Amino acid sequence: MTELSVGTKKGLFVLEGAPSNDFRMSGRAFAGEPVEYALRDPRSGRLFAAVTNAFYGPKIFFSDDPDGDWTQAHGIALPEGGQHALERIWVIVAGEENGLLYAGGDPGVLFMSRDGGESWELNEALWRHRVEEDWQPGGGGLCLHSIVPWPGDPRRLTVAVSAAGVWHTDDGGETWHRGNNGLVAGYMPEDARATTTQMCVHSVCRSQERPERLFMQFHGGVYRSDDGGKSWLDVGHGLPSDFGFPLAIDPGDADSAYVIPLRADTDRVTPEGRVRVYETRDGGDRWTARGDGLPQHDAYLTVLRQALDTHGAGAELELYFGATSGEVFASGDAGASWSTAALRLPPVFSVTAA
Amino acid sequence: MTADSHMARIRLRGQLKKLAGDQAEHELSGTTVADLLCALEQAQPGLAGWILDERRQVRRHICLFVNGEQARGDDAVADGDCIEVLPAISGG
Repeated sequence: MTELSVGTKKGLFVLEGAPSNDFRMSGRAFAGEPVEYALRDPRSGRLFAAVTNAFYGPKIFFSDDPDGDWTQAHGIALPEGGQHALERIWVIVAGEENGLLYAGGDPGVLFMSRDGGESWELNEALWRHRVEEDWQPGGGGLCLHSIVPWPGDPRRLTVAVSAAGVWHTDDGGETWHRGNNGLVAGYMPEDARATTTQMCVHSVCRSQERPERLFMQFHGGVYRSDDGGKSWLDVGHGLPSDFGFPLAIDPGDADSAYVIPLRADTDRVTPEGRVRVYETRDGGDRWTARGDGLPQHDAYLTVLRQALDTHGAGAELELYFGATSGEVFASGDAGASWSTAALRLPPVFSVTAA
Repeated sequence: MTADSHMARIRLRGQLKKLAGDQAEHELSGTTVADLLCALEQAQPGLAGWILDERRQVRRHICLFVNGEQARGDDAVADGDCIEVLPAISGG
């Protein structure tokens, strides 16, 4: 049984089931409020939700039961009296130490919790970079959307910000350095591309099996790194579009990754009215369309950055993704075939599987 | 309480009332509406970040009324004023 936490424009929906059978709705919370992201921490069983209430601003809440009482986490705020206000929490990630969690948000901000998500602190070192270097936002805001720990080493962490690129720490967040070598900002004037730091990264994932390998969906290209994110190689040839948002890696195979291309870059829907997940099994040398069971006619879906997740590994890898048109799709055979896990939900912002 | 401070009442409803210990009315002192809201957050920590953002600005979709007249954070208050805090009317 797999549990899906689906963040939508109108609340959190929790689904339970398996790709080979039906999913049923087992819980709903924050009715009417935008839930940007939700995560079931596999270590504690605690469910987290990032909620951006239109009136009262962004908050993180946690609960063991989606239909039970939710508690507001402390510390999700920027320094008081400054020039910036927190706009939104984009992602919550479990760290590589007991009780360690991360949350990323807009405006380019990283929070850390060491007590299982009850209280949080701003990462001051990265925030100083953001303030002193005047990072510029992408179309979705100045969002810190990708947080990728190094398996087994809580001191090493990579984050990505649209549009401030990739940042690494090797000392638990005390110092940070960039990792953008090889990325080509095709949206910048040609003579500015070599020096720009405005890198519009859309998503970054790290291999669990081989941590020095990462994949990236960029604003124009899919990239791979084999040196822990110091440098990047364009591996997007063969995809129907170099644009898209979500990305996933098979935890059991560092050569296997999945993207969902969208028509670049103002249209942002599935190309040719066909919903297809593209898979590589050789590190990005070749990409294969996987659409068996997905809508293949007149289907112009938008799949957002956080709306793709995996569960399990290998031949039985489960893949799940949601669309802003309210569908959630499921595969239990590493993308070879697909079924519909939910229809007619509110616009889906995020999907996580546990 | 400074020489310019005035005692006024803040009235909450709905979710904000719940966060303030389920208490609708709060008597506080200050010179402006924003002062009173800061004092309210200090007295009721559960409200921190819900009405004012980190810049100490009233959140964009919060409406303030003083004695029934729409008001802003920097408006001055007088003794006995009643300040209503409520979410903005949304929709078409």
